[in-house]
Amino acid sequence: MKSYWWKILAVVLVGYSVIGGFLIPVPKLPILHETIRNTYFHIPMWFAMILLYFISVVYSIKYLSSNQEKHDLMAVECVNVGIVFCAFGLATGMLWANVTWGDPWPNDPKLNSSAIATLMYLAYLVLRNAVDEEQKRAKISAIYNIFAFPVMVVLLFILPRLTDSLHPGNGGNPAFSNLDMDGTMRAVFYPAVLGWMLMGIWIMSLRFRYRLLERGE
Amino acid sequence: MKKLILLFLLGLTTFFHSFAQSSNDVEMADVLRSSGKIYVVVAVVFVIFLGFIIYLFTIDRKISRMENKEKNKTD
Repeated sequence: MKSYWWKILAVVLVGYSVIGGFLIPVPKLPILHETIRNTYFHIPMWFAMILLYFISVVYSIKYLSSNQEKHDLMAVECVNVGIVFCAFGLATGMLWANVTWGDPWPNDPKLNSSAIATLMYLAYLVLRNAVDEEQKRAKISAIYNIFAFPVMVVLLFILPRLTDSLHPGNGGNPAFSNLDMDGTMRAVFYPAVLGWMLMGIWIMSLRFRYRLLERGE
Repeated sequence: MKKLILLFLLGLTTFFHSFAQSSNDVEMADVLRSSGKIYVVVAVVFVIFLGFIIYLFTIDRKISRMENKEKNKTD
């Protein structure tokens, strides 16, 4: 966690996606115009969030068997940072929707599902706040996390695909696949996704190490 | 946040430059590009990003120092 190589890699990848995101040419598509470049920012936010929530649920499960406080701390700090990325994903999505769909929140199944998933993880934090005793708090929130994660997966990836949706990749729309995203876009997109996932883990690791120090480890 | 606002402004600029039609009739930010202003946009965003990264690194170093202090105390 203290090694720097993957942190520098994260900085290089995200920095490259920021510069290339504006300068490298993109497909000229109607409705989207230049906003297709938001792909390099909006989508990596969600990837980072999902990775963090996944790590969180893994450590929640670990806590239930090990009862070690540091597993619980890992779980909660993952959710803390994941929620920040979730907020960025929602904000970038709303800005994008406003210019392309004409409405920042068109009551689309994917968007409503993402709102419910966000509320679920906010409820996880509220739940933790409500329990005073450390071990009970960790146990209860770990069990809640184990329920919340698959529900989030269903809400974000399964439900919107079963019905009509404006959002790419859902409701019969193609995802940004060969129709829209050509090789030049992928050359910026994949590094951006990896870079932001590493950034999310870096920020989480900082928070986690700080919690360990606070505890007096 | 600034990145998002800048991206939104880029889309808005595209709308205002809708008179200039490119060969396949989809308006893009060609005016910003030809005037070289796009590099200003990139520079602004990159500077902000670098600032944030430096901040993260300083926090990382501070935590590492505190961890080493903790370790040396117990040794």
